[in-house]
Amino acid sequence: MLLLSKKQDWLGNIRGDVLAGTVVALALIPEAIAFSIIAGVDPKVGLYASFCIAFITAIIGGRPGMISAATGAMALLMVTLVKDHGLQYLLAATLLTGVIQVIAGYFKLGSLMSFVSRSVVTGFVNALAILIFMAQLPELTNVTWEVYAMTAAGLGFIYLFPYVPFIGKILPSPLVCIVVLTGVAMYLNLDIRTVGDMGELPDTLPIFLWPEVPLTWETLQIILPYSVPLAVVGLLESLMTATIVDDLTDTTSDKNRECKGQGIANIGAGLLGGMAGCAMIGQSIINVKSGGRGRLSTMVAGIFLLIMVVFLDEWIKQIPMAALVAVMIMVSIGTFSWESIIHLKQHPLSSNIIMLSTVTVVVWTHNLALGVFVGVLFAALFFANKISHFMYVGSVMNDETETRIYHVHGQVFFNSADRFVENFDFKEAIDKVSIDLTHAHFWDISAVSALDKVVLKFRREGAEVELIGLNEASSTIIDRFGVYDNPEEIEKVMGGH
Amino acid sequence: MNTQKPQVLACIDGAALTEAVCDYASWIAEKTDAPLQLLHTLNHHHETSNSSDLSGNIGLGAQEHLMEEIVTLEQQQSKLKIQHGKVILQAAKTHIEKSETIYPTTTQRHGDLIEAVIDLEANTRVLVLGLRGQVHENADNEIGAKLEAVIRSLHRPILIVNDTFTSPKHIMIAYDGSDAANKAVKMVASSPLYKGLTCHLVCVNNNEETATKLLEQATSKLKSAEDITVISAKLTGKADLALCAYQQEHNIDLTVMGAFSHTRLHDMLLGSFTHKMLVNTKKPLLLLR
Repeated sequence: MLLLSKKQDWLGNIRGDVLAGTVVALALIPEAIAFSIIAGVDPKVGLYASFCIAFITAIIGGRPGMISAATGAMALLMVTLVKDHGLQYLLAATLLTGVIQVIAGYFKLGSLMSFVSRSVVTGFVNALAILIFMAQLPELTNVTWEVYAMTAAGLGFIYLFPYVPFIGKILPSPLVCIVVLTGVAMYLNLDIRTVGDMGELPDTLPIFLWPEVPLTWETLQIILPYSVPLAVVGLLESLMTATIVDDLTDTTSDKNRECKGQGIANIGAGLLGGMAGCAMIGQSIINVKSGGRGRLSTMVAGIFLLIMVVFLDEWIKQIPMAALVAVMIMVSIGTFSWESIIHLKQHPLSSNIIMLSTVTVVVWTHNLALGVFVGVLFAALFFANKISHFMYVGSVMNDETETRIYHVHGQVFFNSADRFVENFDFKEAIDKVSIDLTHAHFWDISAVSALDKVVLKFRREGAEVELIGLNEASSTIIDRFGVYDNPEEIEKVMGGH
Repeated sequence: MNTQKPQVLACIDGAALTEAVCDYASWIAEKTDAPLQLLHTLNHHHETSNSSDLSGNIGLGAQEHLMEEIVTLEQQQSKLKIQHGKVILQAAKTHIEKSETIYPTTTQRHGDLIEAVIDLEANTRVLVLGLRGQVHENADNEIGAKLEAVIRSLHRPILIVNDTFTSPKHIMIAYDGSDAANKAVKMVASSPLYKGLTCHLVCVNNNEETATKLLEQATSKLKSAEDITVISAKLTGKADLALCAYQQEHNIDLTVMGAFSHTRLHDMLLGSFTHKMLVNTKKPLLLLR
């Protein structure tokens, strides 16, 4: 089933896909190298991974036209693993990450994305952009003035070259930046760092390698704490990117298939000596912008990348790091959600707090999974708080029967339970109390025990308590919401609100 | 929506057969006293891209800008397509209203033809569409790009139009004793559409006895309907060729038959009878699933 895809997903847009795939491949090379450096491995690890992940997700991914490869979000999570245990453990962790993601796909965990609110997504994207930028700083500190000049010139090429008539829109400006800066550096024989200084580049096609780690319990204990966050972050970024591509192209995608696709791609990367990766927001936007829509674009990007790095490795070694830094700063700027800053004032404070706390946690811990967790937690708390305000208790005295009648309206649950209790006047000396719950919803056990408390308190004060409409109120304490998926049932439970 | 009277749905795209489709559709609408709706679909081809900016860079607000750009572009294109479709629909409407008996309604839907007819199926009595659309307009040996998929996915009678309109006088039922064929006989016997026509009941079977028996059954069913003249005939040989030859010999104006009773896989391996008929026939086919 994973191999099935519509013919038009592959061949519906051949010219656009091939051109866009080529542009993407050119931009992927500097990124893959830069992310390998972040992770602390040879550039070839990121390049093999990028080829393998792009190639596999092209075939079995759930979102045609999305670009997946080695990414910064994932690279940041593996830094300490590489430092403490070396490359082989990284490959093993990559394999395990893939397995976890495939399982997540079969358990349809992709649908959990609905808990990740818009503000958390924005926070994630902004944090990612900041992390990519921060990862460039080591290349820009304690260096000669030439490096600054080269980086500034590189950014100038990237953003101004498209305004050149005719060729501006045909040649990818990041490529122009790299070619020109490499040429200048070689011509002037500048003494600055180049890609060749950062480690080995691929000189052959990737070969199948089983990671050289002992298959023991200890190994699992080492890699599992890395694989789980890798799997989570990979799926989060992939599903977010898939949604972005969905929106841009006005089409739909299969999110659970994407989870499985990412998993199998990571298994493939682990076996071919690559690091774990996921979908890339910036590259996917570049792909769509360049006219890529189908699976072919992702596949062309992967294959073209491999061909170039294997045959042009002597040239790629000469690329000055300053050129890569310029490209990565562009990616960082393009990934950042500029709109979220402009609209900071219009958005509700709670949304801003969610977004900023996500960013803060990520930048602090360098772990996007933790940031998303905090963001989702805040979002849930804010939501619970908002909903708890939708509860009120009114009362009338029936003089004939000398009964105090309380009417409870709205949502009673853990967050509003205390306020619910406070609304009853236990000091009033009265013989009969009637509590009308017909228009109340009791969502959980906290609500039920709050009601118990109220009843017991009244009884201690010597009153008789009568409950009206308890069945209606407690019908919301159900965990099988499937029953309530049709309008009539919802009307029964939520009626009157 | 289901409370409305089921309607004749004519699918038009402005290709050469559009006028014929309109004529046949209004013939059915008039005879059966059903409302006629003209359908035009706007296919957007989301799998292709319209613009390509190969500069490969992304700046501040890249995603928002790109979104804005794509939306503006697609909005313009959609508006043009809708306008174009409206012209086609209006032309067809004017053409039909010349008769001053049928006043069709028109509708435009986004997406695939298949999706559109499935969405409208509940309220459809019969679907009328051309053998070839714009894509294969000049390819004589091919049938329309979406024809088979439409026929397979719909559970309503479908009239496939392949020639200019002539008011049917002689119709033919291709009868082989199958469920679909029996349904065809039943439909012809009960529908007001066929009143006053001559109906040729044709059975292609190399076994003479079986053919006679099958024809006897069907003839008796048909005879129960008033106002239909029944002529039965036995043919031998290859079904599609024999039927087409008979069609020409006896000036048949319309052929009624079951369609695609086998799975796609079966047809892929052995070839589909319906497909052959669609390619070979010179006169409209009314298909029943």
